[in-house]
Amino acid sequence: MEPRIGVFICHCGSNIANTVDVEEVVRYASTLPDVVHADHNMYSCSEDGVGSIKAKIKEKGIDRVVVAACTPRTHEPLFRNACEAAGINRYLFEFVNIREHCSWIHMKERELATEKAKRLVRMGVAKVALLTPQEESESPVVKSAAVIGGGVSGMTAAISLADQGFETHLIEKGSELGGLVKDLGALFPSESTPLEFVKTMRDETAASGVRIHLSSEIKDIQGYIGNFDVTISENGKEEKFKVGVVITATGADELKPVGEYGYGRYPNVITQSELEKKLAKGERVGNTVMIQCVGARQPGREYCSRICCMTAIKNAGRILALEPKSRVVVVHRDIMSYNARNEALYRKSMEDGVTYLRYTLEDKPRVEGRDRAEKITLREETLDEDIALPFDTLVLSTPLVPNPDNGKLQKMLKVPLDRDGFFLEAHVKLRPVEFATDGVFICGCARWPSDVPECISQAGAAAAKASIPLRAGKVRTEAITAEVDETTCTGCGNCIATCAYGAISIVEVEGMRVARVNLAQCKGCGACVGSCHNGSIQQRGFTEKQLISMIDCLTEGD
Amino acid sequence: MSDRERTVVVVGGGIAGIQVSLDLANMGFDVHLVERTPSIGGRMAQLDKTFPTNDCSMCILSPKMIECANNPRIKMHTYSELESVKGAFPAFEVVIREKARYVDLTRCTGCGDCVAKCPSKVSSEFDAGLVKRKAIYVPFVQAVPKKMTIDKEHCIMITKGKCGNCKKACKAGAIDYDQKDNLITFEASAIVLATGFDVFDVTVAQEFSYGRAKNVLTSLELERMLNASGPTGGHIVRPSDHQEPKKIAFIQCVCSRDKKYKEYCSSVCCMYATKEAILAREHCPELSSTIFYMDLRAVGKGFQNFVQRAKRDYGVEYIRARPAKVEEDPTTGDALVYYENSRTGESIARRYDMVVLCPALVPTLGSESLCSLLGVRIDGDKFVAIPRPADRPVDTSVKGIFACGFCQTPMDIPDSVVQASGAAARVAQALGVS
Repeated sequence: MEPRIGVFICHCGSNIANTVDVEEVVRYASTLPDVVHADHNMYSCSEDGVGSIKAKIKEKGIDRVVVAACTPRTHEPLFRNACEAAGINRYLFEFVNIREHCSWIHMKERELATEKAKRLVRMGVAKVALLTPQEESESPVVKSAAVIGGGVSGMTAAISLADQGFETHLIEKGSELGGLVKDLGALFPSESTPLEFVKTMRDETAASGVRIHLSSEIKDIQGYIGNFDVTISENGKEEKFKVGVVITATGADELKPVGEYGYGRYPNVITQSELEKKLAKGERVGNTVMIQCVGARQPGREYCSRICCMTAIKNAGRILALEPKSRVVVVHRDIMSYNARNEALYRKSMEDGVTYLRYTLEDKPRVEGRDRAEKITLREETLDEDIALPFDTLVLSTPLVPNPDNGKLQKMLKVPLDRDGFFLEAHVKLRPVEFATDGVFICGCARWPSDVPECISQAGAAAAKASIPLRAGKVRTEAITAEVDETTCTGCGNCIATCAYGAISIVEVEGMRVARVNLAQCKGCGACVGSCHNGSIQQRGFTEKQLISMIDCLTEGD
Repeated sequence: MSDRERTVVVVGGGIAGIQVSLDLANMGFDVHLVERTPSIGGRMAQLDKTFPTNDCSMCILSPKMIECANNPRIKMHTYSELESVKGAFPAFEVVIREKARYVDLTRCTGCGDCVAKCPSKVSSEFDAGLVKRKAIYVPFVQAVPKKMTIDKEHCIMITKGKCGNCKKACKAGAIDYDQKDNLITFEASAIVLATGFDVFDVTVAQEFSYGRAKNVLTSLELERMLNASGPTGGHIVRPSDHQEPKKIAFIQCVCSRDKKYKEYCSSVCCMYATKEAILAREHCPELSSTIFYMDLRAVGKGFQNFVQRAKRDYGVEYIRARPAKVEEDPTTGDALVYYENSRTGESIARRYDMVVLCPALVPTLGSESLCSLLGVRIDGDKFVAIPRPADRPVDTSVKGIFACGFCQTPMDIPDSVVQASGAAARVAQALGVS
């Protein structure tokens, strides 16, 4: 039976239509082989756009669909769903990108952009004619979870999952739960002390039935969503368990700014966390100067660590509460008291008598002293005057820096880190606690410096996302996967070396060594296809024949 | 789980409400998503791009909107409000008022024939008032549902009994001037508030001349102008003479961080002003921007780098100053920004082709009465109060009622999405074993 192809070209409002002559592309598409319908929409992705595609599929007996619009990265699932809803296999669909690939980059060349759009559509039509239906399979999900890191993020995520009835392992490197928070002197915005706070949370963790592994190190993680094998070393003893999902909550560390402003040389130059410990013990610190952005927001470490201004505001207030006669000055570049709650704390701090002065990156404060640091001098930005500030204690606000274990964990979980060394989420805007790798989630300061309320929100979010496959007990697996022709495979193993997902293994079939792909692990990246020296691996939906048909028709008529 | 236990109400159909609805539905709950306006999408739908990646906002939002509409576990009630809520966790008796749209949704195809014939023009909320819409309208092209609504305040047929053009134009027979509000009653176990924000009306701050000086805009107006589907087709033009501006000033903290108006920080303005300045330069290569700010709050992932790029690659100038006033030069339409050099104390006036005000963002109109209906406490700034922010960051003062996103304190899109999923987890946790 001849294919019956429908082609739908999108205006994307004016995004495409201002550059590409959409109606001309429609006219052209209707002349292509096997095309029974060609049409255009103002926004193919809008509810009526999708509706009209579905209606046309039924009305015209279309059995394969080409949409020429924007990017498959955001919109492919939408149109595949539309195909499926209209009764055709969701993989008999081809997406042609005429926005990023035509109208946006050839904005000033209307004719050429239109010509290019026609050719891309022609290639899409050639390929879609050769596509075969694909089926996604289901793979079971072990109904248990591993949470790595026992700070407030890890505990919160573990409690949430355990409360929903899932067996949850909480793996902590140190000998007790509580992470960075347990060492704080005070906790904003909470009435309880950090110790009480952490104790309550530890009790909740135990009460909810979380299996707590202290003094434990991750040795190995293998597998894929629904089926991870985790090996840990708990107090030197090896333990293995199976989980369906993994949540990373490994936190971050405070930067120790050795060499900056006399840190490491003078005993009275300390970091905020060292100050917190002193205040917790009731030690007096006297007149205090705090310097913000030490080792941050400068070349080499560009980012803002988000929480240090609020830490300084909190600790400045604690000093004044404990020692009302002490003078506290915070020297900063911008005060990052974003949102309503933080801004209110900043305002109150100023009312309480904390002084805030500005310095610039170009003219950093200088510290002077002999056995002890005694004063700093700085050019105050607003006043444009040199100011000398004597002190008893100089406190350096340093950023949170990525946990050094991230590199090791990243390799085991096959997830990326960002340029600063924090874990990189699947999408900065809309998938903040997921990874591109299914079944692995991220929360807390391992992702980005965050305050306690933010960590707890993220931990809940990660638990919500992780609970989705756990509740379902199964996941749909990718249909666009690699396929080995076992009759021609020589079992050389090249493909195994290229596979980033550990999805290929060598098996013996009738005495012959051949490669085999585990479909639940294969992400359909296609790397193995390119590595195969005799073409024994083909990618479903991207076979050699399909791709060559596209290339052939690209230059047709030239 | 019983039907009631499985049922959750989400109030607000912006990105936070959409995300919490999708998560809950995917976790196996049945969701009633209640949205006051005719379409879901919220504020994010109005944005051209999102910082710091400059992803097209609608491109990443619209698949989620469609997913919401197609998810069998999500029942959307657009153009609807919570009428009453009785009972307590985990047994709330909920009544929703689906306001009369005067359009039969089962018949309307969203074709727009009626719009063409409607004589009554109203300022478009979606396009921040830059253009007019009709009294019968779809708020924006990608609206979900893509169905018409008659704005009864401005429909001549409903107010005066004369016209009927839309009914005549509608081939589907969808117009029904006698339609009444519809009350729907059901039981639910939990409620999630995600009611978002409004833009503070800066006309009250007369020193900035908004509403009087033609070329003084709000940032949301510029955002719509930047949008290729917006009222100017993506061209930045001065309202006074439709010329492309060469110099734009952005003023931060307008009516926020200000004792006279709102004392808090709206969290997102430093970054969206940076984004708009970058986009403006991309639209007009000759254009240069100045951002007047107090503290440059770039605290999220990639934000500092974004600001550095703005300075280095897009010629964006940042001046730490709080302008005292903006005045129109009546002969040219230019806007003069007056500020003080903090070092010399000298008053400076700088001339700009256009001035963009970044106003305080405030809890949505109606969120206060919604909270009072629910017995949920609000804080001094009228955001939903969170009694235990440190360990229960999405729990309100009422058990079983949660709040996520901007309605509880100013936050950006990722933080709203995080809280939305976090709220879904709290619902699941509160209801216990799955």
